[in-house]
Parts: sequence; C-alpha cells; structure tokens
Amino acid sequence: MTIEVRIPTILRPLTSGAKSVSAQGATLQEVLNDLELNYPGMGERLIDESGLRRFINIYVNDEDVRFLSGLQSAIGENDSITILPAVAGG
Amino acid sequence: MLFGMLEIQRSLVDAIVAHARADHPDEACGVIAGPIGSDRPERLIPMVNAVRCPTLYEFDSMDLLRLYREMDDRDEVPVVIYHSHPATQAYPSRTDITQASEPDAHYVLVSIRETGPVEGPFEFRSFRIVDGEVTEEQISILE
Repeated sequence: MTIEVRIPTILRPLTSGAKSVSAQGATLQEVLNDLELNYPGMGERLIDESGLRRFINIYVNDEDVRFLSGLQSAIGENDSITILPAVAGG
Repeated sequence: MLFGMLEIQRSLVDAIVAHARADHPDEACGVIAGPIGSDRPERLIPMVNAVRCPTLYEFDSMDLLRLYREMDDRDEVPVVIYHSHPATQAYPSRTDITQASEPDAHYVLVSIRETGPVEGPFEFRSFRIVDGEVTEEQISILE
C-alpha cells in the first residue's frame, strides 16, 4: 500500500527537494518509520520521546492526527498525509 | 547596512498595522501570499491567533491546512509571515527564532507598543530566520 506524503519546505533538504514522496504503512507510526528508512533524519524532525512534536502538524486527508489516534492513526489505501510545521512564535 | 530586501505595497503595510491594532492587546498574525518564485507579497490573509495571547501566536491547525492547500492550488507561497508585538520591540523573540519554519519567507514584525489600539507611530521590520539565525533586511515600500 503506497501513501502519498506531502513534505513542507523546511524538510525538503531531506527529500532532495521533493514536495511529495511515497511511503508505506498501515498506521501513521509505520509510515513515519518508512520515511525515516528512506529519508534518514526525517523521524527526529517529526517525533520526540513523547510522540509527535508539539509544533509539527500531521494530517490524514483533512484531519489533524491529534483529533484521530495520533501516531496510531490508521492509514488506508487512498489516504494522503500532509506534514506542516506550526506557524507560531512569541 | 542591510543586504536582504522586502518590497511591499503601502496598502499591505497599512493593512498589517490595522490588523495589529484591531487585535490589541493580543498578538495579530497572518500571511501575505505571492506567486512561487516571485518574492512578491500580493494576497494578504489575516489569520486567527488560536492562542489569543499578548505574548504568543499560533495559527489554528485546521486553518493552517486550509491556508497551505489554498496557496498550493493557486501556485503561491507564504512570501511574508507577519505578527505583532503589542508591547515590545519589533524584533524576533527567542520563541520566534526557535519556531521559524519557513526559510524562504520574510518574517515581518510590527510593534504598536507606543499607542496600542489607536493611530500613532509603529515599528515595521523584516527578517529572515534560518536555522536559528536572524538577519534583518531593508524594506522598500511601493506607493
């Protein structure tokens, strides 16, 4: 099962500039593990020891995974994943 | 001597300052989108500060998704990301520096600390923030 993952500008140095890449997995965690295999360094930009990083948003289709099941969110055949860093500051 | 440059229309500067005053005492925030590769800020999109706070701002996560989808559909990028400092100088705070996530954007800060919600002097400055490094740039206002 191949999932399309949209990559934000700040992480494109890890994907040789690609705006979207393909990944495999039945849960978000599996998809992120697969991304880390193919694009080393991606994982730590997205997750830390407590889970999804506070200022990283990941969406499955139109849903923020924080309102789904977080890293355990199920990913299906035609789903697409979007990664967006928060726009935030002080 | 400043090397980078933001060219921006007067009407957009005025609109950002008006947004900052309207949302006082909370921080106001938003984006000016422009065509990919143009470095030209054209379409002002005021955003809701989801944390409604005088010292922090954050775009709501669903607003953020809609914003980026819409820019994608229109072949735009966030040329300017702006926010206000209601009570402090128009310079990136430590939080602004650690959270900056658009290396190609001009980060515009407006301070309305002198007169708050009413008309008066303001500071309007632009920065690049890349890998934790802040570089101020010149601003050229187009009439």
